[in-house]
Amino acid sequence: MESVVEKWTTKVNTITLGATKQMGGTREKTVTVGGSSTLPYLNFEGAWPNPPAIAIEMWDREPDGWPEPLADAYADVWKDPAKWAKRAVEYGAEMLCVTLKGTHPDFGNRSPDEAAGVVKDVLKAVGVPLIIWGSGDFNKDNDVMPRVSEAAKGENCLLGTAVEKNYKTLTASCLADGHKIIGESPLDINIAKQVNILISEMGFKLEDIVIFPATGALGYGMEYSYSIMERGRTAGLSGDRMLAQPVICTVGQESWRVKEARGSEKDFPTWGDLKKRGPLWEATCAATLMQAGGEIVVMRHPDAVKSFKSLLREFTA
Amino acid sequence: MALTGLDIYKLLPKTNCGECKSPTCLAFAMRVAQKQASIDQCPHVSAESKEKLGAASAPPIQLVTIGAGDFKIAIGNETVLFRHEETFHHPAGIAVTVSDKLSEAEIGARADKIVHLIFERVGMKIAVDMACIMNDSGDPAKFAAAVKIVAQKAPVALILASDNPDSLKAALEVCADRRPLLCGANASNYQAVAALAKEKNCPVVARAKGLEALTDLTQKITAAGVKEIVLESGAEGVRQTLEDLTKARRYALRKSFRPLGYPMLTCMMGDGDSFLPVLKAAAYIAKYAGIVVTDAIEPWQLMPLLTVRQNIYTDPRKPLQVEPGVHKIGEPGSKAPLLITTNFSLTYYTVEGEVEGSKVASNILVVDTEGTSVLTAWAAEKFTTDQIAAAMNKYEVEAVASHKKVIIPGLIAVESGKLQEESGWEVIVGPKEASGIPSYLKANWGG
Repeated sequence: MESVVEKWTTKVNTITLGATKQMGGTREKTVTVGGSSTLPYLNFEGAWPNPPAIAIEMWDREPDGWPEPLADAYADVWKDPAKWAKRAVEYGAEMLCVTLKGTHPDFGNRSPDEAAGVVKDVLKAVGVPLIIWGSGDFNKDNDVMPRVSEAAKGENCLLGTAVEKNYKTLTASCLADGHKIIGESPLDINIAKQVNILISEMGFKLEDIVIFPATGALGYGMEYSYSIMERGRTAGLSGDRMLAQPVICTVGQESWRVKEARGSEKDFPTWGDLKKRGPLWEATCAATLMQAGGEIVVMRHPDAVKSFKSLLREFTA
Repeated sequence: MALTGLDIYKLLPKTNCGECKSPTCLAFAMRVAQKQASIDQCPHVSAESKEKLGAASAPPIQLVTIGAGDFKIAIGNETVLFRHEETFHHPAGIAVTVSDKLSEAEIGARADKIVHLIFERVGMKIAVDMACIMNDSGDPAKFAAAVKIVAQKAPVALILASDNPDSLKAALEVCADRRPLLCGANASNYQAVAALAKEKNCPVVARAKGLEALTDLTQKITAAGVKEIVLESGAEGVRQTLEDLTKARRYALRKSFRPLGYPMLTCMMGDGDSFLPVLKAAAYIAKYAGIVVTDAIEPWQLMPLLTVRQNIYTDPRKPLQVEPGVHKIGEPGSKAPLLITTNFSLTYYTVEGEVEGSKVASNILVVDTEGTSVLTAWAAEKFTTDQIAAAMNKYEVEAVASHKKVIIPGLIAVESGKLQEESGWEVIVGPKEASGIPSYLKANWGG
């Protein structure tokens, strides 16, 4: 039979997060993603050397409004970031995504020092690499992230997010303290490229950037993320260096906002057991977006993590 | 490979008679090549040319219809590898298994359960549309009895899963009018199964290990006179399945390779894990499966799967829309804010998410802007004072907002004066970006 192997020209960048003692940090292990030379797990035409990595999301403050399945998993520890971090690692997190929600002016307005303290506590509590995610309030992030970056200096974290209208402070911090960076774009390939260009113009290596194209939950715009990721990836594999970065998806955060994942059995009696429905909604979103090329998946529920991991195990077997 | 306009021109009478409504034969040929005209529109083309053209202009992936009447699905006839290149056209069938080893009562209960796997999302019904009856017993009579129960109870397309031609024959006696998918033909039984499929005009699954064996088998089945075929490669493991699905699609679309130009069926059984088959099925729906068969039957298993199918098969050229009207977030009382936005799903869900995040119970009036976002809709005059005021009347917003205050997106602040005049309501200009909604609502409507 004739060959239908696609000749891709470029590899997705390989990126390693975390720094061990030998590398100047305190992490017990590092996580490497990317490096693929084809679409997800098409091993007949290229390599997929590193499976997607799973990060579990945790907050610097007690969350409000997390539904029952998440409360069951974390409520006894979520007031204490160090304990929460340990719990997430027990659940199988290869990385932690520390979300500094409490620094947002509307959600506690915590100080940069408090945020830095949380990051230090988490670093001390666990040995996995960290993703550190700002609150999204530009002014506050520009106060908080430099302090946090400094507090985690040398640990080779992944910091986010840099956006078109606010990237300079974070890029400068990551450069100074040896971190990788997340460039965020709202479901728009051209903006994704633009953000990468802006960041790299400050002397930041393209190989140290991760793309966050914005994630839509299953049933709530997932197909937009899916196609933006697939378009970006096919362009990246075809030689566009501004789109050859690994991609991060915030599957947990988006999934647990939607009623299919969080609505009670009382409100939706025909939808079945919430304790299974919620985690499966999250895992299904992860499994689908993986086919579009997601390399770092930020998740919440331990059962979702567990089943997504078993899928990955079958893909890598 | 598809014929070019010039290839087609060579097969035409070249008389430029104009009866096809094109000025010249060449112009007509070009239109045929672009699929804007059909060769049948030429009254003078020879039968021989027609046959040549017919073969070349057939879709690269065969359209297969399964079922009859209202219980019919169509799969295949896909044209692209990536949905962003155009769209995926024919949503994959989602089939739930029923074993003929169960008791009659259990079979009936399972069929009833399948019927109830129907959900409403964004104004559309999504449902399990196939049942796959498994001849696990090996007994033709038991199989036919099970098929009969399922066919009576479940208004869905049927798959008859047995490699025993006698079982298929017995089952067809009770459900041939439903035009089930025979699953299926393999290297050793294809003659008998293909003959049955031809006699009863049913589509058939070709089962063989690997694409080469499948190529051989589908050619034998088509030679026996069966056109509608579904492939099953019997791959072991997710990676091999993904490879077969991807390669078959590429052979069909890139190489116009007919023997693999059919939709493909994949089968996922739980083996004790209730999550994993759903995740695999989701991956296969994204990557080219025409039918997924699973033993998952709980609503919390099928709802995400049906939603993956809905998302992946949404036409990216036509934005998904939400239902116009008043949407309640939380339990809004009479003092709750009323926000206005468009019916473009991404716009709405972004607004909805931020309103939910604010913890301020609210009403959102969704205006029908034909699926466009705020600024696009405004520029196209689909989201200006006239449409907003009309929607406020149509959906009787006064019933939910007796305070007569309405919040419009900051991006259309220019409409505020006119809308105030037109509606008599106090028009408040809200934040420009959805991300500004929580702090705005908390500060102004928080209690």
